[in-house]
Amino acid sequence: MSKPKVGIYWCASCGGCEEAIVDLNEDILRVVGAVDIVFWPVALDFKKEDVEHMQDRELAVGFVNGAIRTSEQAEMARLMRRKSAVLIAFGSCSHMGGIPGLANLNDAKTIFDRVYHQAPSVVNTEGVVPQAQTKVPEGDLTLPSFWDTVKTLDQIVDVDYYLPGCPPPVKLITEALGAILEGKLPAKGAVLAPDISLCNECPRKDSKPDEFSIKEFKRPHEIDIDPQKCLLDQGLLCMGPSTRSGCGAACVSGNMPCTGCIGPTSRVRDFGAKALSAIASSLDYRDEKDILSHIEKIVDPVGSFYRYSLPWSMLHRRASDFDKKGALK
Amino acid sequence: MAMIKITIDGHPIEVEEGSYVLDAAKKLGIEIPTLCHYPHMVPYAACRICSVEARDGKGWTKIVTSCNYPAWDGLEISTDTPRVLNARRMNLEMLLSRCAPIPVLQKLARQLGIEKPRWGLGEDTCILCGMCVRVCDEVVGAHALEFSERGIFRKVATPFEEESGDCILCGACAKVCPTGHIVMEDIEQREIIHDEITLGPNAAISIPTRQAVPNVPVINTEYCIHFNTGGCKVCSMVCPKDCINYEDTEQYEDIKVGTIILATGFNAFDPSPLKQYGYGRYSNIITAEEFEMMNNASGPTGGKILLANNKEPHAVGIIHCVGSRDTNAHPYCSRVCCMYSLKLAHLIKERTEAEVYNFYIDMRTPGKGYEEFYERLSNEKVHFVRGRVAEVTDWAMTPEEEDRLVIRVEDTLIGMVRRIPVDMVVLSIGLEPHKDAEEVRRLFNISCSSDGWFLERHPKLGPVSTFTDGIFIAGACQGPKDIPDTVAQAGAAAAEAMVLVDKGVVELEPNTAYLTEEFCSGCKTCIPLCPFSALSFNVEKKISAINEALCKGCGTCVAACPSGALQQNLFDDEQIYEEIKGVLNYV
Amino acid sequence: MSDSSMTNNSFEPRIVAFFCNWCTYTAADLAGTSRMTYAPNARVVRLMCSGRLDPQFVLAALREGADGVLIGGCHPGDCHYQEGNYKALRRYKLLKMLLRKMGIDDKRVRLEWISASEGDRVQAVMNEIVEDIRKLGPLHLESWKYQGNLAAAQELSDAIKGVAYV
Repeated sequence: MSKPKVGIYWCASCGGCEEAIVDLNEDILRVVGAVDIVFWPVALDFKKEDVEHMQDRELAVGFVNGAIRTSEQAEMARLMRRKSAVLIAFGSCSHMGGIPGLANLNDAKTIFDRVYHQAPSVVNTEGVVPQAQTKVPEGDLTLPSFWDTVKTLDQIVDVDYYLPGCPPPVKLITEALGAILEGKLPAKGAVLAPDISLCNECPRKDSKPDEFSIKEFKRPHEIDIDPQKCLLDQGLLCMGPSTRSGCGAACVSGNMPCTGCIGPTSRVRDFGAKALSAIASSLDYRDEKDILSHIEKIVDPVGSFYRYSLPWSMLHRRASDFDKKGALK
Repeated sequence: MAMIKITIDGHPIEVEEGSYVLDAAKKLGIEIPTLCHYPHMVPYAACRICSVEARDGKGWTKIVTSCNYPAWDGLEISTDTPRVLNARRMNLEMLLSRCAPIPVLQKLARQLGIEKPRWGLGEDTCILCGMCVRVCDEVVGAHALEFSERGIFRKVATPFEEESGDCILCGACAKVCPTGHIVMEDIEQREIIHDEITLGPNAAISIPTRQAVPNVPVINTEYCIHFNTGGCKVCSMVCPKDCINYEDTEQYEDIKVGTIILATGFNAFDPSPLKQYGYGRYSNIITAEEFEMMNNASGPTGGKILLANNKEPHAVGIIHCVGSRDTNAHPYCSRVCCMYSLKLAHLIKERTEAEVYNFYIDMRTPGKGYEEFYERLSNEKVHFVRGRVAEVTDWAMTPEEEDRLVIRVEDTLIGMVRRIPVDMVVLSIGLEPHKDAEEVRRLFNISCSSDGWFLERHPKLGPVSTFTDGIFIAGACQGPKDIPDTVAQAGAAAAEAMVLVDKGVVELEPNTAYLTEEFCSGCKTCIPLCPFSALSFNVEKKISAINEALCKGCGTCVAACPSGALQQNLFDDEQIYEEIKGVLNYV
Repeated sequence: MSDSSMTNNSFEPRIVAFFCNWCTYTAADLAGTSRMTYAPNARVVRLMCSGRLDPQFVLAALREGADGVLIGGCHPGDCHYQEGNYKALRRYKLLKMLLRKMGIDDKRVRLEWISASEGDRVQAVMNEIVEDIRKLGPLHLESWKYQGNLAAAQELSDAIKGVAYV
């Protein structure tokens, strides 16, 4: 009997998710022993035509990582959907938009302006900018169009499961693969990570006081971070209480606060809003002036609360009330 | 002291050795007349009226003064032998020869059967009994009076016969003086200071009001001689049950209750900021409260209505709506003032010959018999002027306004501005929330309405309860009202409070928060947020725990929970999302 | 979806109001029984306490088509549940900071302390917020409603190539 076929594709991503699969180390041999990877641009030489020539749903599982922000990525996402029986959004970018999702604070024109004209290291005296279409002697060349808005995978196609994380922790990947191979996947639409927040497995949980409150916000470079104490209790913006567990508290064990890459629990509809609700509630001040002077220390609220989830959030992207040509207000 | 046996008029009695015969006779109920004896002072034996005959049973006999004769074992006393009566008559005749007009001496004379004193009748009124001197010395401790001169010139006087700086004006000397020689008198023409009137008498120890609970006397330390000089203490000497404790102080008691009724009352409006009425600037402009104090029969004027110079007014103006229905004071109507202003008008008409003017905006006289009362007043020839008083002034413009107060008002029914001269102006002040209403309501966590009155749960259907379960309100603290309404409301509040007490159980609100344990990671975000301590940390399971009985259902913890493990009954996240969708799904 | 008419003058803002039960909701009741008229654009969602207000609700309201959100609670110090309004204030301030960065005008989301007897404040605030938002115009949020229909998704995704908003 032939082995089940698996395809892996990357969209607007950093390549870290591919690395995560490689990080399986010896386990990768078990994987290739069980399945046939028939499409993996970063590692194998199969082409788009090979996928197009497959039957619909011929791939047992398709993994797509990266967010969608060009027409080519949308096309590939749709292709993978057609050809996969089970489509899994792999990693934060395809799950919630990821780091590329922060581009939703701007639009295409602003980004092109910056990248091709105004960045300090750019010398572009002729004002050359990529065009969607260019005439060359041989004919017309086209480039994929660059969207104003970054989208998550499920805002383009129907997704069956989500493997969250930036990148997904090896443990979660192994568990997911095991579930797939044994046919023990949960109900469709599930996020393949424990539905309980990070504090549950955090090694510093016991050091958090019962009457916990935040007196002052600190950024990681401003203090000598105590490796035993709860990070929130030290004033750092740790997203642990709002984020699912499953990573073994990797960042916290590295003495840095959690940034929320695995995303929220199933009861939350907007990660940033819920996280800021918890953190603001714990801030120990009643006077308006005091409150303002402390929250102003959070220099980048969008980056802190929506680092991986801006396209997934309820607002999706920056709204139109302010001049979108201008810089962030 | 040893107990000994003596006989008085044949009646045996056991007394302490050395105690006075007069006290023993009192115990037996035998009357011995005295003039210079006072139970709490050292006996002086000046008047000799208490003379009795002492015998030893073996033939020795002597006339002695019973007030200071010490008893010895075997003493026999006779109080009504002819010898005794003779002795008393002699002394009294001698007293009468100097002080005849004294009623107490005359009564005694009649009792002893003196028809015509042998040595004439004197005109003096001081019998030199020394009671005043002794009480001031021994009981009061002020030492302001003393005997001076000698022999037939002996008299009671202050040092150098000048006003004594030591006299504390307690009036004890006047009280004990048997003849009325010493009286308490005003030394200056008395002026009625209307805003300092208190209802008397200002006894140093008295039961504060008829309805006081508990109904026992209390010492007013301002007037009490003991608290002023350290002396007296007569009250503790006469109290048969030894109840007087001079060291008693205010103490705080902790009482556990299940329901509370707030009936903290109101504050009377102070008209000083309303400069146009001249309160505090001119005399004889008084508030209705001050008028009532003056009008009371136990006040210093005996209930007479008098101006500051002690004369009766010829005309009185009563100004309604002072501090009420006024954008510069309170915009609301204080409800009770029209009726009480009519009452004051009626009282003035009853007690004086004065003309009475009532200046009103509207006559608000609802209630049983109230309208009829208003009619009656019209028939009593009270003048009703419909207009808001612009000003009360003392600038006279015509001779008949000289030295009087003038009320300037637009009489809207005849469309003319009038100047009405009066002698006294009574301001019908309104009601406002008590000075400590804000503090009290925060203590009990209830709301107030826009004018500061305590807020009832519902303006029509919940007049005595508040939004805080178990706290009820009654009376003027909820809004201006008169006595019948207050009584009704108080009864209602008591009934509602009793319902809670009788039931013995409390119904909890259903909208409490609940925790789904398998979702809770133990992040402790929620625990310090609850002001009712309903959330705590379960140390074994390392997650939060909710005490449903303590949870009041605010939902603050639910909104804060970063993983959505806490939800609120009836106000779940999902329910609210549906509500939001619902309210926006219209074209 | 917001009612996006051509001229701002005929634009009727849609506002969701989250009122706390004990103070603001009662004040709105009072405004009603006192027959105070005010702009009808706001629909009230009752919460027991302003402390129940989850910032997700504000975003959900904007996502579902509201042009503005009004939050009403008891005055500081007067909360029926002691301190809920302080937590609401803290969340609101942080949320506003975020919303400014997300391009949503300050006037669209507003917190007011209104006590139970201030029916007139409800009237004033409602009228004010409606006028403010009428001047601002409808809120255009990037909409993306994918219902699982592949064809529709394809069509839509082609349509938005290089275009900022639908």
